[in-house]
Amino acid sequence: MQHVSPIREPLVTGGKTYHDITEDVCRQVEAKPNVRWAAALAVALVGLAIFIYSTYRTLWYGIGEWGLNKTVGWAWDITNFVWWVGIGHAGTLISAILLLFRQKWRTSINRAAEAMTIFAVICAAMFPVLHMGRPWLAYWVLPLPNTFGSLWVNFNSPLLWDVFAISTYFSVSLVFWYIGLIPDFATIRDRATGPIARRAYSFLSFGWTGSAKAWSRYETVSLILAGLATPLVLSVHTIVSMDFATSVIPGWHTTIFPPYFVAGAIFSGFAMVLTLMIITRKVFKLEDYITLEHVESMNKVIILTGSIVGVAYITEFFIAWYSGVEYEQYAFINRATGPYWWAYWAMMTCNVITPQLFWFRSIRRSLTATFIITIFVNIGMWFERFVIIVTSLHRDFLPSSWAMFSPTIIDIGIYVGTIGLFFTLFLLFAKFFPVINMAEVKAILKSSSEVKHHPHGTMHGTDKDSHTNTHP
Amino acid sequence: MTKKFVLGIYDDEDVLLQAIENVRAAGTNIYEVFSPYPIHGIDDVLGIKRSRLPIVAFFCGLFGTSFALWMQIWMLGFDWPMIIGGKPHIALPAFIPVTFELTVLCAAFGMVITFFIVTKLKPSFKVNVFDKRSTDDKFVMAIEVKEGVTDMPALNDLLRSNGAIEVNEKEVIK
Repeated sequence: MQHVSPIREPLVTGGKTYHDITEDVCRQVEAKPNVRWAAALAVALVGLAIFIYSTYRTLWYGIGEWGLNKTVGWAWDITNFVWWVGIGHAGTLISAILLLFRQKWRTSINRAAEAMTIFAVICAAMFPVLHMGRPWLAYWVLPLPNTFGSLWVNFNSPLLWDVFAISTYFSVSLVFWYIGLIPDFATIRDRATGPIARRAYSFLSFGWTGSAKAWSRYETVSLILAGLATPLVLSVHTIVSMDFATSVIPGWHTTIFPPYFVAGAIFSGFAMVLTLMIITRKVFKLEDYITLEHVESMNKVIILTGSIVGVAYITEFFIAWYSGVEYEQYAFINRATGPYWWAYWAMMTCNVITPQLFWFRSIRRSLTATFIITIFVNIGMWFERFVIIVTSLHRDFLPSSWAMFSPTIIDIGIYVGTIGLFFTLFLLFAKFFPVINMAEVKAILKSSSEVKHHPHGTMHGTDKDSHTNTHP
Repeated sequence: MTKKFVLGIYDDEDVLLQAIENVRAAGTNIYEVFSPYPIHGIDDVLGIKRSRLPIVAFFCGLFGTSFALWMQIWMLGFDWPMIIGGKPHIALPAFIPVTFELTVLCAAFGMVITFFIVTKLKPSFKVNVFDKRSTDDKFVMAIEVKEGVTDMPALNDLLRSNGAIEVNEKEVIK
């Protein structure tokens, strides 16, 4: 039995009915592409073209096209990799962890957030694969029998753990997302008028009919997948952080990394979800489903994770001093005052100071302010990874090998290109897939909408109370 | 062979739940209920047993764990032992991340594939739906008609008196 307190704000506004939800979400899928969408896609495709060109240059001429050198062996590639993977954490967090915590506000944002996860992980995967130099041999990272005398992969290496973590995360997220899409594809299929749309959505809906037995299994599968995905999402960024933490580089070799990276990932992921959803709700007129209540809830997650990140930065600094290790101390002093001081202070400003503005309710509930702050967070989290990677590497143990890093046009091209790739995928998703999980929003409609539904008969198994919405 | 069904169409989940109880209490066998979203409490009134998919997930996960451990121990410990970073050949703590990931992977995929098989979900271009509104905003209760056994007017009355907004008949070619 569900009980919703009357003082809770409604999650669906505008007095919607079940049919209104279907109409509002399917409208975008069924309508002809509009000019704004086409224009946005054109811009994204330019980004994709830049990506393809930069990839071609990297593959044809080699890694020498990039700005990294013998001292700074990891630079923009791994920075961008970690940045994208981090962004990819919000989707599964929203759909899995919030499902386990029975947070109903997840229902209208989980679909788009999961899509974002999948596209972000695709973008992330581009960087380590390209950094291999010979991506056509990428299958060498798998433990396959081979002709080198069965020389197996090194299971002691966090880089190999990453291979397993990222690919498991990607495939499980994809399956989780798709399971949720099946009933909604069935809804679109049953409304489709054109023969192509009907067949395409029939195919995608896997023959879903919405029978009670199927729904019962669907709910079981969702719950178990959520239970599996919750430790999975935490493990992924933990393992990414171990790429650094298990090395002996000053500034990397710290035990704080796993929780600090996970918090940072959720922080940046929620920021990206908000950036995208504020635009999506406006363009697709979904203000009744993605309400200020949703924005505020996400902003609360941002302030929590942002503060954890802030505490982690300060702790790192304290421990560097407290450890008494000269090299560790230098690495941190160099971060704040060395030649890359601007990156460090950009990170501190964007990640530690700006999210604190969300303590004010008016800022949490202001779309403009939220949008601007989430952009700051996205930038700040990019600088965090840049600071960790480049500033820790550029002055190593031997002053004669100290070097600076500056990106080449190809470095910039690949980074900008992945943003183009991401938006191309996201725009195609937004046009052809239902951006809101219709079935799940319908399921919470009775208990969480503005309108009080008064069924003809008595409520099943409960006493009707005029002050609360209850339903079994 | 064609099968004939009577479809009671409802527009409220609470009315539907009450109707299911009353229809079943009247001794009528419900073939299936279709709804646009999962209804809480429908399993109990329809008598749907708890799904055993979690058990499938558990055993698939167990397989993943054992396979991952066996693979790593055999590859690095027996098939081609090497000293890496001064660690023992079988460095169990270092094998945990891959073991965990493969556990999750096998549990998730094993369960989802089983779900697709038992629910008979597979890509196809043609789908037979009793009433297309059941994926939009209506709840459909399907009752199979047995020629000469089912009392049609009485069934119609039973459904309508329990809040059905429409009662339709549908023939399905099996």
